[in-house]
Amino acid sequence: MSRIQIRQGRLIDPAHQIDRIGDLYIANGKIVALFDAPDGFTPDTIIEAENLIVCPGFIDISTRLREPGQSHKATFKTETVAAASAGITTLVLQPDTQPAIDTPAITELVKELAKKTGYRQIHPIGALTQNLAGQELSSMLALKQAGCIAVGNAGKPVANLLVLRRAMEYAASHDLLLIYRPNEYSLSNQGCAHEGAIATRYGLPGIPETAETIALSQCLELAELTACRVHFGQISCRRSVIKIQQAQKYGLNVSADLAMHQLHLTENDMKPFDSAYHVLPPLRSEQDKYSLRNALAQGIINCLCSDHQPHDLDAKLGAFPETEPGISALETLLPLLLELVRENLVTLSQGIAALTQNPARILGLNRGHLSLGAAADICLFDPDLKWRVDHQNWRSKGVNTPFWGRTLTGRALYTLQSGKIIYRLHTGERYE
Amino acid sequence: MVDNVQLNAEGKLKHFLSIDGLSKTLLIEILDTAESFAGMSEHAVKKVPLLRGKTIVNLFFENSTRTRTTFELAAKRLSADVISMNIATSATSKGESLLDTIRNLEAMFVDMFVVRHATSGAAHFIARHSAPHISVINAGDGQHSHPTQAMLDMFTIRQIKPDFAALKIAIIGDILHSRVARSQILALNTLGAAEVRVIAPKTLLPAHVETLGVTVSHNLTEGLEDVDVIIMLRLQKERMTSALLPSESEYFKCFGLTPEKLKIAKPDAIVMHPGPINRGVEIDTRVADGPQSVILRQVGNGIAVRMAVMSMAMQVKGGS
Repeated sequence: MSRIQIRQGRLIDPAHQIDRIGDLYIANGKIVALFDAPDGFTPDTIIEAENLIVCPGFIDISTRLREPGQSHKATFKTETVAAASAGITTLVLQPDTQPAIDTPAITELVKELAKKTGYRQIHPIGALTQNLAGQELSSMLALKQAGCIAVGNAGKPVANLLVLRRAMEYAASHDLLLIYRPNEYSLSNQGCAHEGAIATRYGLPGIPETAETIALSQCLELAELTACRVHFGQISCRRSVIKIQQAQKYGLNVSADLAMHQLHLTENDMKPFDSAYHVLPPLRSEQDKYSLRNALAQGIINCLCSDHQPHDLDAKLGAFPETEPGISALETLLPLLLELVRENLVTLSQGIAALTQNPARILGLNRGHLSLGAAADICLFDPDLKWRVDHQNWRSKGVNTPFWGRTLTGRALYTLQSGKIIYRLHTGERYE
Repeated sequence: MVDNVQLNAEGKLKHFLSIDGLSKTLLIEILDTAESFAGMSEHAVKKVPLLRGKTIVNLFFENSTRTRTTFELAAKRLSADVISMNIATSATSKGESLLDTIRNLEAMFVDMFVVRHATSGAAHFIARHSAPHISVINAGDGQHSHPTQAMLDMFTIRQIKPDFAALKIAIIGDILHSRVARSQILALNTLGAAEVRVIAPKTLLPAHVETLGVTVSHNLTEGLEDVDVIIMLRLQKERMTSALLPSESEYFKCFGLTPEKLKIAKPDAIVMHPGPINRGVEIDTRVADGPQSVILRQVGNGIAVRMAVMSMAMQVKGGS
């Protein structure tokens, strides 16, 4: 295996509070030294990292690659290339594939698909219930043994609180993390936009925040009853933040993540009936965005994700309520994070932690840090490189993003997974 | 959130999708143009040749009698060739997408689509994806907009009470599901009405309804005080089964317009309803057929207003 020296980058490792310029040395897929070369180290490859940030590769806790079942939307092949180009080295997959990831066989299939791409770190979440139907428990232990990193509902309803209680008890018995997107279906009631002034003006069926907060409150109650570890996915409103903060103060072992677009867009940004803005949970109010940003700044919620949901063109071609929700978001993750840093909401180290150390800790993964001996999952990015979100630069098969056509700042130049360069941006001679 | 898709580069009407984003001047131009067509219905020859040679397709993805008929008559009086398609029972039920339906009709050299659809935003979608020479008129999309209905209501109000700035208007009933109410509220505010009130139980009001520029009341007796124009909305039967209301009789008791309740409004107040009316549910027969009712006049005015909008969108001027 090759020996790589990454020269004179700004090394940022939130796990060890490192933030200074220096070299990083990799051998046999592992980090072998920081700053000072090990004795007798002769690199095969030198990567010049002057003016670049060198940090752990990003861990995306909520993505969809659409296989098996919906390869017309995206494939492992297209989306792992997109992920690598965005500096993401670990993907956690939601179980709502077709069929759902609810048996060891489907888990094996997912692992097989992953293996073919050469992209190593793909971790499926197992379905909490059979076929995600919310009625009967899945074989959670078998799913865990087959390689599922957690169990979850992928935002689908669980039939009733008794089923949820049993599922949480059973998950807790096998020390499985529950990843739960809170949504009370009877209240979201086929809505497609935030229940607020914009939905009212455009006659769009609304989804109240209460659809989220009621489901969240119920799940928090059951977390106390069952001692199940719960991670809440894609929190979207101020009142949910308050509830999570209260639960943490009370001593419950709960965490949460935020989808990056929720920190940048609100209902007011929606162009009339533009399906690129159709996402669940919906884009909420300015006040909600402000609260979510605060929650990140204060560390109440310290994990970010892309909530990547690539779609085919047809899925987004129709009257707004009839289109499919979701944003293709892997490739905008880093530049949108850097926007938060430039706005002084979080420090660069804090922002990187929300995509590395913190999700790793939630998932129990030994990744997301630059420890000696750790797998060399590394992202090298230029925080000032401007690029346009267009067909030339975009790699995901899904072009469904409200940021299409915009110029964003910040881009990965190299991505390494276990010491292997899986991505390199070709910009003329400079990086060849 | 500016919506310019319905205006061309010169700021003239290209599509008519929503009242949103249209200026007072433009709304008045629609009313004045409609005025010029209004007398025509009494003539022996009810036609003008303004849209001769143009092909208009009425695309009704949702059932309608009144709106479709008046659009058809309006097109015929402008001498256009008009085809009405009831798509609720046509190709789309065989799985053809909205876009494919549009593309197929485009291929037949159509100049204008008049669209009614059960989903909010459908008319915008069709306008965005149609060939550049095609104009789209929204004949009602989901809960979003029904701009020609709102303009015929404005036209009717103006005939009787020309000074909008002096008017207090109450809209009563199912605001939540009503595209008519949304368009009326926008039009009344653009035309400078003194006050627009909505009167309904909370279950039939959308969230943050006051952001549309209305005052809110849950009490009919209170809300009708000092009002010049009363607009009643139709109550759909399915509102009872979806737990929005307990019963028709309780609704009538609280929000039904009876002769007694009507007395609370100004003595010369007019009563309007976009139809079809539910006698004994939202409106008492004595009021619906009474001297203050202008409901049938609304229907007649629908033709003139639709002629105005169609001719303006096709960039022709006229009327008699």
